[in-house]
Amino acid sequence: MIELKKVIVTSSPHIRNENDTRSIMIDVIIALLPALALGTFVFGPRALTITTVSVISAVFFEWFYQKLLKKPSTIGDCSAVVTGILLAYNLPVTAPLWLPIIGTGFAVILVKQLYGGIGKNFMNPALAARAFLFSWPVIMTTWVKPHTALPLFVTPVDVVTAATPLAQMKFSQTLPDVTVLEMALGQIGGCLGETSALALLAGGLYLLYRRVITPRIPVAYIGTVAALTYFFPRGNDPFLWMSYSVLGGGLMLGAIFMATDYSSSPVTKTGQWIFGIGCGLITVFIRYFGSYSEGVSYSILVMNATVWIIDKYSKPLKFGYVRKKRGADSK
Amino acid sequence: MANTFRGGAHPDAQKNATSHKPIEELKAAGIVVLPVSMHTGATCDPIVKLGDIVDLGQKIADSSAFISAPVHATVSGKIIAIEPRLHPNGLKTTTIVIQNDYEDRLHPSIKPRDYEHLTGDELIGIIREAGIVGHGGAAFPTHVKIKSGIGKVNSLIINAAECEPYITSDHRILLEHADEVVGGITILMKIFGLNEATIGIETNKQDAIPVLKEAIGGRQDIKIFPLKPKYPQGAEKQLISVITGREVPSGALPADVGAAVFNVDTCGAVYRAVSQGIPMMRRVVTVSGSAIANPKNLDVRIGTPLEKLIEATGGFKEEPNKVLMGGPMMGVAQFSLEVPVIKGTNAILAFSDEEGKHIRSTSCIRCGKCVNACPMNLVPTYLYLYSENEKLEECERYGVLDCIECGACNYECPARLYLVQSFRMAKQRILEARRK
Repeated sequence: MIELKKVIVTSSPHIRNENDTRSIMIDVIIALLPALALGTFVFGPRALTITTVSVISAVFFEWFYQKLLKKPSTIGDCSAVVTGILLAYNLPVTAPLWLPIIGTGFAVILVKQLYGGIGKNFMNPALAARAFLFSWPVIMTTWVKPHTALPLFVTPVDVVTAATPLAQMKFSQTLPDVTVLEMALGQIGGCLGETSALALLAGGLYLLYRRVITPRIPVAYIGTVAALTYFFPRGNDPFLWMSYSVLGGGLMLGAIFMATDYSSSPVTKTGQWIFGIGCGLITVFIRYFGSYSEGVSYSILVMNATVWIIDKYSKPLKFGYVRKKRGADSK
Repeated sequence: MANTFRGGAHPDAQKNATSHKPIEELKAAGIVVLPVSMHTGATCDPIVKLGDIVDLGQKIADSSAFISAPVHATVSGKIIAIEPRLHPNGLKTTTIVIQNDYEDRLHPSIKPRDYEHLTGDELIGIIREAGIVGHGGAAFPTHVKIKSGIGKVNSLIINAAECEPYITSDHRILLEHADEVVGGITILMKIFGLNEATIGIETNKQDAIPVLKEAIGGRQDIKIFPLKPKYPQGAEKQLISVITGREVPSGALPADVGAAVFNVDTCGAVYRAVSQGIPMMRRVVTVSGSAIANPKNLDVRIGTPLEKLIEATGGFKEEPNKVLMGGPMMGVAQFSLEVPVIKGTNAILAFSDEEGKHIRSTSCIRCGKCVNACPMNLVPTYLYLYSENEKLEECERYGVLDCIECGACNYECPARLYLVQSFRMAKQRILEARRK
């Protein structure tokens, strides 16, 4: 008789797709690299310093928290690395190096781990941290002119600043004095990883190709912003106004990398459309009527808080059921 | 018309190891082991006694229940035991053990018959007596499916999708016995009083399509419907919706939307039973997987212990980590090679380290890949949350009872969660509570 010496018995299915959480996070990291390259080109090597400090501290906080609470370490899944990179991308390149450390501490411990770790946080950790870091409003809104030489480690002082295109659009209600191409390539003031729409789009295409994300949220989000700004322009050229609005601020970074954060976005298809449209509406609302020229972070955070309810009411129609009328008996 | 369903997964087909290998007949084993329950429905009672001498094809167990199928001796010889033995489902079941006398003495009931003039009821009677069950996997008695569908069914569908990875038995049957399949389809059409049947076949079996066409000849009443290779294309409800555009309502049967689905080899078995009087005694079984030395498609007598199949394929080239009866998506893990091939067996797979290893689950990251994969349009993300926390009411509301356990969500899950296992537990608990 042939003996089965080491077989295991489990419930079917017995095979798995090769992608796991770690490989997905690594894909996200790869997709974020073009933006880092452009950020480094525009703002100089200090962009790399900030990102490195942010990543190391994010991973450290995750490791430290789990060590302290004697939980199994999850730093291997690379999700903390993604949080670190995203937070850095949301900071001005002139920020002091302690800022990303405080930010990632807030993101990883308060927003992520205290809610139960990966998959359990209801807000995007990097965005929540960014909102928290506005406790230092001056640091968070110092936009250095592109291609300014900055020290690698010391906090820069007295830098020449440039208004972001969105600020110009908001406060003078005119088109900014940069070209659309300059905006697409990120030759503008802004956070270190958000300025280059093209680099972020390239990353987005990679994520689509690798099936890490679906187009639903980014298309709904960017589409809503585009439609609203085209039909309700504040300048005299709707098309240009729309182009600047779509390329400006953190929209690309937000729509492609932040609003698609798994934990804090809906899982249903309809829900993802609703979520994206909601983000777009709130973004334009803040940009037009708020006191702040940018609205991406807060719109995503607001929509993060609605995910449970969206998921609950956007369940797909199950196979073999008909859409029931209001008041009709459920099958 | 769309030629695929919504959702699903694309596991690597892995069929090349056996798709080009002709079916080989496996020599009958010295001892065959026949559980009295190899089908969905009531268990049979043995109608032979210890020490009886039985003929090949003689009925040895039967039941008076409607949903059941008799069992036949698959060798001639002596009954040497009627006792509880291990069944591939992991439990012990009453089993009739026959010592083969190698005479292959045919039972007198097995003879060719002129069936052209037989009525539908007579044909159904023959199918019932032949113990034929669905060859696709669930092993539902074929005569019951026919009887409960007559008068309702206007769409006869033949399932040649074979969407499970590794398995090539239906593919080989189409290539080598297309005439029997077409013969069976013709008989089924007559019973249902239909003048049309549709064969759904995944396009990864291109070479079988011309063979089928040739077997069909100039007839216009049997159509071939190409399907996109995707898992679970061969799931009954998905196949019906692709071919007819009708969705089987939750809790209903295919007949309720006028459809009946039969596996290709079920058709072959119907043909053999009706034209030659041969009961269900054999299965074509794909033996494959990374631990198998020389993968093959074997023509095996039901009741043959798995060990014989492994020996016939050159034994294990590596110590297997997992042995499956059925495909990798829905097959049942085995822990002993004593268990026999039963009526629902279409493959035996053995995996060595890489594929068979146990994978530790991590936390759900809410990526929604399971939602995209579910062919039943469920939301496995939340179902899992509720089933793990034993919120059975929510599980029901989220449609756990509609889950067909195809495993597409589980396959896609990057957190390596055991979703289907969790849903099975929830279903069990809900059904138990209902019985109380």
